[in-house]
Amino acid sequence: MDLQIALILGQDGITNGSIYALLALALVLVFAVTRVIFIPQGEFVAYGALTLAMMVNGNVPATVWLLIVAGVAVAVIDGYEAFKAGQNRRLPAIFGVNIAYPLVLLGALKMLPLAEMPLALQVLATLLVVVPMGPMMYRLVYQPIAEAPVLVLLIVSVAAHVAMVGLGLVFFGAEGYRTPPFSEARFELGPMMISGQTIWVVLASLVLIFALALFFGRTLYGKALRATAINRTGARLMGISPALAGKLTFFLAALIGVLSGVLISPITTIYYDTGFLIGLKGFVGAIIGGLASYPIAAAGAVLVGLLEAFSSFWASAYKEVIVFTLIIPVLLWRSLKSHHLEEEE
Amino acid sequence: MKLKNTLLAVLGLAFAASAAHAQIKVGVTVSATGPAASLGIPERNTVALMPQEIAGQKINYIVLDDASDTTTAVKNIRKLVSEDKVDVVLGSTTSPNSLAMIDVAAESQTPMISWAASSRIVEPVDEKRRWVFKTPQNDAQMSTAIVEHMTNHGVKTVGFIGFADAYGEGWYEQFKTIAEARGIQIVANERFNRTDTSVTGQVLKLMAARPDAMFIAGSGTPAALPQKALVERGWKGKVYQTHGVANNDFLRVCGKDCEGTFLPAGPVLVAEQLPDDNPVKNSAMEYIAKYEAAHGKGSVSTFGAHAWDSGVLLQAAVPEALKKAKPGTAEFRAALRDALENVKEVPAAHGIFSMSPTDHLGLDQRARVMVQIQNGAWKLAK
Repeated sequence: MDLQIALILGQDGITNGSIYALLALALVLVFAVTRVIFIPQGEFVAYGALTLAMMVNGNVPATVWLLIVAGVAVAVIDGYEAFKAGQNRRLPAIFGVNIAYPLVLLGALKMLPLAEMPLALQVLATLLVVVPMGPMMYRLVYQPIAEAPVLVLLIVSVAAHVAMVGLGLVFFGAEGYRTPPFSEARFELGPMMISGQTIWVVLASLVLIFALALFFGRTLYGKALRATAINRTGARLMGISPALAGKLTFFLAALIGVLSGVLISPITTIYYDTGFLIGLKGFVGAIIGGLASYPIAAAGAVLVGLLEAFSSFWASAYKEVIVFTLIIPVLLWRSLKSHHLEEEE
Repeated sequence: MKLKNTLLAVLGLAFAASAAHAQIKVGVTVSATGPAASLGIPERNTVALMPQEIAGQKINYIVLDDASDTTTAVKNIRKLVSEDKVDVVLGSTTSPNSLAMIDVAAESQTPMISWAASSRIVEPVDEKRRWVFKTPQNDAQMSTAIVEHMTNHGVKTVGFIGFADAYGEGWYEQFKTIAEARGIQIVANERFNRTDTSVTGQVLKLMAARPDAMFIAGSGTPAALPQKALVERGWKGKVYQTHGVANNDFLRVCGKDCEGTFLPAGPVLVAEQLPDDNPVKNSAMEYIAKYEAAHGKGSVSTFGAHAWDSGVLLQAAVPEALKKAKPGTAEFRAALRDALENVKEVPAAHGIFSMSPTDHLGLDQRARVMVQIQNGAWKLAK
């Protein structure tokens, strides 16, 4: 172990850690606003990466069909409720967003020469296909049971995760894919070889974190989400719709997940079931932050990445054991430090 | 009334038919999903091509998926032996799964033919493993092939990285024994997980040991990750992989980073390139023709061929067992076990099988060739 190896491992750890940090932030955000422990977060990573991979190979990604089916389901439910409430004016908007949009997207994907498009457009198309599934998922899966206890929401999350993994196998097959890197650049920094993709990952994570901070600090919607996180009932009395807050949160979580997937798919082979483990490591970070503090969660996630890199060097056979054992001292320390609060049910 | 009579007649006929044609039940548990799916899918496809009738007996295949998960594999074999009362169990795809299934096969006294590679599945043949056979070549045979190739090419030191599970562990032990006997030193010994997204730490350690060649013991596409990381760090030397990567998806995922890689493989992988006097060529080509007719040219993989070979063994053993007992009985299962133990010189896709009471694999050196990846294709290495 010399300085050179330590630097390389540190770089590796920070690269993976920034992805875990993004996921940790998404997990904290979703939990704060909706009390859902969002286990399918990792699936959005895999869906994003594999949807992009399918486009790079010139196929229409199968995920667009899921978007259409989910959209129709949402349109039927929302449309029926609007109709029952006599709000027929809302129908065109509901059908436009949930049915017309996915169909137009499908048409566009079928028309465009997917494989020849520049990577930036492919990434944009990936976002357009996968991210809307977040709010739809909230509408279909979580909104009907929004007031349920945390445990019920967790069980539903597990179910959603298993369903998405199964669908992933159907959509993408059992094999993994890699996508071309955003930049082929390589920089020699002393002993370190820094690839352009690494810089992309770290910078994109920082930009996203900064953007989220701005969003929550400066915009009305961001403040509404914060208000909901602090006190759901109070926020509701102030005219903030919990359903809208939930959808917006899931939109952000899906956006973060898909972006993470797109960022790491050039670095490693992504399989249909890779997302879970990546999400789980983000979750370890989120736990370090007590599912409440954004900066501690992000720092914790980077710590997880670093720990993983260094333990893969010292004791590669025990790497996963070391990473997940980290949770135990953290939980012990947190339980000693905090006064135990009965869950308000 | 009429309808009722018709129904009764049909039912009666059905029973009569099943009584006249006792069928042989073959239980299959295969990893068609999960990390080992790239091995399991061709195996599952192959089951559909296996003999539907042997010696006048209908063969009924009951196929279950174990999702590459050990617990599920054990659940599956329990279900197959206790509920379906199968005469023989085939599978599972991976070594950890197969090792876990041995206990159930032995206690229910059901013969089992595994499609996984670890030699510990059938060695040593003891009270439990009496019931267990396997078709893939032993790690020891393949290790011998690799070590032979290394000594011929002046490799003295090797860096080893393998899966952190039974596969990697088994390979390490086998390889170490044979390599050290031939004076090759293992200077670095690392592990990684099938699901890992980064192996930087392990690769740094391997590179720091400065070996003459790297040996990666992994199966399927996850084995591409260490090789890609090595190339990324500027490794220019020889890389050896195991026969666990011999499928086209591995070539696709690994791309140009795997150019020049050496691996041992069953002859079926390069059957067309084999000389005509090779004893395995015809039986291997037979499987390839069958599989490609169903799934398209170039779709064949060595893993499906392991499943095919278990069908070939049944084809050889079932007629013998039928002389002694009726399918569906404990006697038949015991007779089938004895018959499997006595197959001699049976040509299959991966080699020539000759079992014995101490050898439940029955393959010899005719079951392996060295292959090199050249221009994204498998080439028989001379």
